[in-house]
Amino acid sequence: MTHFTCGMKSMPADKLFFLLIVLLFIVSILTLLTSKLFTGYRFHLNRSVMDYIPNTECDKRKMLKEMGMSSFEALLENIPPTFRKFSSVLPSGLSEPEVLRDLRSLSEKNTSAGTCISFLGAGAYEHYIPSLVDHLASRSEFFTCYTPYQPEVSQGTLQVIYEFQTLMCELTGMDVANSSMYDGSTALAEAALLSTRLKEKNKIVCSRAIHPEYRHVLRTYLKGLHTEIVEIDTPEGITDVNQLEKVIGDTTAAVLVQNPNFYGCIEDMETISDVAHRHDALFLACVNPISLGILKPPGEYNADIAVGEAQVLGNYLNYGGPYLGFFAVKKELLRKMPGRIAGETIDSLGKRCFVLTLQAREQHIRREKATSNICTNQALLALRACIYLCALGKKGIAELSRLNLQKSHYAYDKLCTLDILEPTFQQPFFHEFGMKAKGNLRIQKINERLLKKGIIGGLKLSAFYPDLANSMLLCVTETKTKESIDRLVAELTQM
Amino acid sequence: MHQAEPLIFEKSSPGRRCFILPACDVPEKPVTSFLPQKMLRKQEAQLPEVSEIDVVRHFTRLSQMNFCVDTNFYPLGSCTMKYNPRINEDAARMEGFTKLHPYQPVEQCQGMLKLLYDLEQILKDISGMSAFTLQPAAGAHGELTGMLIIRAYLEKKGEHRHKIIIPDSAHGTNPASAALCGYEVESIQSNASGLVDIEKLKAAFTHDTAALMITNPNTLGLFEKDILEICKIAHDAGGLVYCDGANMNALLGIARLGDMGVDILHLNLHKTFSTPHGGGGPGAGPIGVTEALKPFLPVPRIEMVDTLTAEDTAENIYILNYAHPDSIGKVRAFYGHIGMMIRAYTYLLSLGKEGVCKVSEYAVLNANYLLHKLKNHYDIPYGKTCMHEFVISAKKQKQKGASALDIAKKLLDYGFHAPTIYFPLIVEEALMIEPTETESRETLDAFAAAMIRIAEDIEQQPELVRNTPQTTPIGRPDEVKAAREPKLRWE
Repeated sequence: MTHFTCGMKSMPADKLFFLLIVLLFIVSILTLLTSKLFTGYRFHLNRSVMDYIPNTECDKRKMLKEMGMSSFEALLENIPPTFRKFSSVLPSGLSEPEVLRDLRSLSEKNTSAGTCISFLGAGAYEHYIPSLVDHLASRSEFFTCYTPYQPEVSQGTLQVIYEFQTLMCELTGMDVANSSMYDGSTALAEAALLSTRLKEKNKIVCSRAIHPEYRHVLRTYLKGLHTEIVEIDTPEGITDVNQLEKVIGDTTAAVLVQNPNFYGCIEDMETISDVAHRHDALFLACVNPISLGILKPPGEYNADIAVGEAQVLGNYLNYGGPYLGFFAVKKELLRKMPGRIAGETIDSLGKRCFVLTLQAREQHIRREKATSNICTNQALLALRACIYLCALGKKGIAELSRLNLQKSHYAYDKLCTLDILEPTFQQPFFHEFGMKAKGNLRIQKINERLLKKGIIGGLKLSAFYPDLANSMLLCVTETKTKESIDRLVAELTQM
Repeated sequence: MHQAEPLIFEKSSPGRRCFILPACDVPEKPVTSFLPQKMLRKQEAQLPEVSEIDVVRHFTRLSQMNFCVDTNFYPLGSCTMKYNPRINEDAARMEGFTKLHPYQPVEQCQGMLKLLYDLEQILKDISGMSAFTLQPAAGAHGELTGMLIIRAYLEKKGEHRHKIIIPDSAHGTNPASAALCGYEVESIQSNASGLVDIEKLKAAFTHDTAALMITNPNTLGLFEKDILEICKIAHDAGGLVYCDGANMNALLGIARLGDMGVDILHLNLHKTFSTPHGGGGPGAGPIGVTEALKPFLPVPRIEMVDTLTAEDTAENIYILNYAHPDSIGKVRAFYGHIGMMIRAYTYLLSLGKEGVCKVSEYAVLNANYLLHKLKNHYDIPYGKTCMHEFVISAKKQKQKGASALDIAKKLLDYGFHAPTIYFPLIVEEALMIEPTETESRETLDAFAAAMIRIAEDIEQQPELVRNTPQTTPIGRPDEVKAAREPKLRWE
C-alpha cells in the first residue's frame, strides 16, 4: 500500500491524466459490453446458465454444416435488420440455489394461511387436501402432457376427464358436465351467453348476492353484445323474489342465482326456478360443490345449467388462481355447451376407450361460429378435483359438508354472544356468515388487531357492498379446530 | 396390448373408505336445527367407495397410459412442448404462495405482488410492449381480452367499428374470440408465399374494420416480413393490430413484436415460458399493450408506489389499483393464474438475459435442421427455411394411400407424439412440426429417421402405415360413434 502511494506520488501529472483517460475508456467499454445497450441474440456471456438446452455450440456447428449453412444468422434473413437492435435490462441468469433463495424470500414476505388462522372465504376456500392428491397429480405423465389430441396415447387424461364429468354430474344432479372452464366466474358468464344464444333474448336477471367479481366478469363478457343485465336486490340477505317477479319478463333469457350466496345465506332455489321457468327463461345455479354433500343439488330444483368454482375440490388458494370452473347442463343443452367434453367409444378392436367428442361445437372446427372461443380446460386441476372426490368417497363428501356446517354454526353461535357483534342477516347459512360490528369498532381495526394475534379476519363486506357498512364475512371450514374458533372468540371478547 | 383400467366407479365397494376426516370437535346439533328439510339433498351423490390403494393404483395406471414431454418427444406444432423445469414446480409449491388468499390485504401479500409486478416488467422487456396484464387465463382468453380492449378504445374515440380481419392461416380461437366479442370476422387469403397478402389487406381494411388479428411468425412458421407495412395499413385506416403471440418461442432475444407496430400481444406462458401444459390446462395468456391502450387494461392493475415508513424512510409497496375508469373491467375473478406466473418467473430468473436469447436461437436451429432432413421426403408447401416450426404436406403420401392422420398414428408406434395435423387449414394434409429448443440433435435425428422410414414404407406398403398404431394402450377409436351416440358419463 505504502509502495503504491509512493509510486503515485512520483508519477507526473500529465501521465496520471493519460492513465485516467485510458482507465475510463476501458471501464466504459466494459460497461457497454455488459449493459442494456449491447444485446440481442448475438451477445452471450461465456458463463453457463440454466437454459435447458441440450445442444452445444459444437452440435450447432455440425447441424449448420449439414444444412449447408454458413451461420445461424442466415436463417433469420427474413427479419428486417432494424428489428434486431433493441435494448434489454434483463439481469443475468441465476443458478438453482440462487433462484430458490429469491423465490423463498418472496414467499416468506407473504403472511399466509400456512402460518395464520384464516377466516377468509368469499369465493376462495381453504380445505384440507389429502396427501395423495399432491402425490398423484405430481406425476409428470399428467402434468407434462398436452390436450389429448391423440387418444391412443392420452387415455389417462381422457379417462380422468370422463370420471370428472361423471363426478360433477353426481354432485350437481345434472345430466352432463364438460371437462371444466377457466374458473367459476367465466363459467357463469359462458352460461349466460349460452342462454342468450339459445333463447334469442337479450335480458339477464341476476341476483345481487352472486359473487361481486362474477357479476363484474359477466358485465365485461356481455358488454357490446346488446344484452341488458338487471340485478335483483337482497335486502334480507337473499334474493328478493317479489322484485324478481316484477323485473322478469318475456325478454329474459336467464335468471342467475348463487347458492349458498355470496353472504353465505341459502336461497329459495325452488321458488326462483319456478319463476324463471314460468317466463320461459333458463335457471342458472352457481353452487359450491362442497355444500352439495348436504344441500339440495341444482338437478333437484330443475336448474337448466349448474356452474361454480371447483377450487374447493383439492386445489390450493394460490392467491386466486389457477382455479377451475365446472359447467353442467340438462341433456337438451348438450350441443350448446362450451368447452371440451370427453366421451366413451370403442377402439379398432372393440375395446372401450375415451375421446374428445362433440367437437363440432368448438373453435378449431367452427371458428367464428363456435359455442365459445375456449380451447383449453383446466385439466390438471380437474384431475386434482377428481382424485379429491374419489378420496372422500360417498360417505366422505356428506361428512365434510356436515363438518363445515357444524363448525361454522358453532362459531356463529359463539360470536353472537359477544356484545360487539351482531349477525348481518338472519338466514340459514352453510359455512359462511356476515357479522356486523356494533358501536364505534371498525372492521378494519378488528382485523388489524386479530392479525397481531395470528388471525386473518373476515372480508370487509363494504368493499363490494357499500350499503353493508361495518360487516365482515367470516368463513369456517373443517380446517378450523374448536380451539382456533375459541381463540377468535377470545380475541374479539377483549376488544 | 395394454390392460384397460376400469373406471373408478367400477372399483367401488360399499363401505370402503380412503381419506378420513377428523372427528367433529365442536358440540354437534341436528342438521335440521340449522337448515330446513327442504333445503337438504334427497339423494346421496354416488361417489365411488374405494380405499387409498385403489385410488393410488387407479391414477398411477391411468398416468401410465399417457405420452408426455417427460417420456416422449412431442413435436406438436404451435404448442411449444418444451421441457418443464422441475425447479418451477418447487417454487410454485411454496406455502407462502399456495396458502395465500386473494382477499388478504395487500400489506400481507407484498412478496406475491412484487413477483407479479416484476414478471410484468420482464415481459415488457422481452416483448417491447408498454404495459401488461396477467389476468387472462389462457391464450384464447387473452384474445378475448384484447378484442374487448380494442372495442373500448375505439368507442372512447366515438367509433363503432364492426369488423375484424383474420388471415386464413390463423388459429381457430382468433375468429371465435372476435365473434364472442360481437365482431364480424372477415378472413383474408394468404399469398403464394404463405404470408399476409398486402393488396388484399389494403382492400379489406376499411373504416369499419376495428383490427387485424395476426400471428407472427405465422402458423406456417414464417416471419411476416412486411409486418411494418401491415401495421401501417391498419393504423392508417384508424384500426389496430392484435398479435397472437403463440409463436413467441421463435423471437425471444431476436426481435420484439412491440417494435414492429403491433398494438396488443398475448403471450402463452405455457408455451414460451415453460409452464407445464397439464393435459390441456391451466395455461396463462397475459397481454401486453401500447401506451395508448394502457388505460383500457383489466382491473386491478398491479402498481408500485412509494410510501413513507414509520421511520420516515421511503419504501416501495405494491398495490392492486382498481381506479382506472376506462378499464374494460375484469375478465375473471381475482387476478389470474398465479401458479403459472410463479413458474414463468422462476424460469425467467434461471434463464436470464443470456438464456432468453439462446432459447429462440436453438428453437429455430432445431426446426430448420428437421426441415432440412425431411425436405426430400415430403412436400414443403412454403419456404426454404422457417422460424421455430414448419409445415409439411403429406399430399404425395396421400396419393399412395396413407394420409397425414396415418403418418401421425404410425409415429406413435415409433414412440413419438404426433405433430399437429390438418392445421393450418390452407395446407392440404398438413403436418405441423415444432421441435423446441429443449431437444437434442440425437432426438431430432431419430425423429427424422422415423419420418423418412414412414415415407419409404408408404411408397412400398402403405397398409403398414394405415393399420396403426399397434403398440399403444388402445387402437384407433371410433370417433363417429362417440359423437353420434354421446356417452359422456358413467352410469
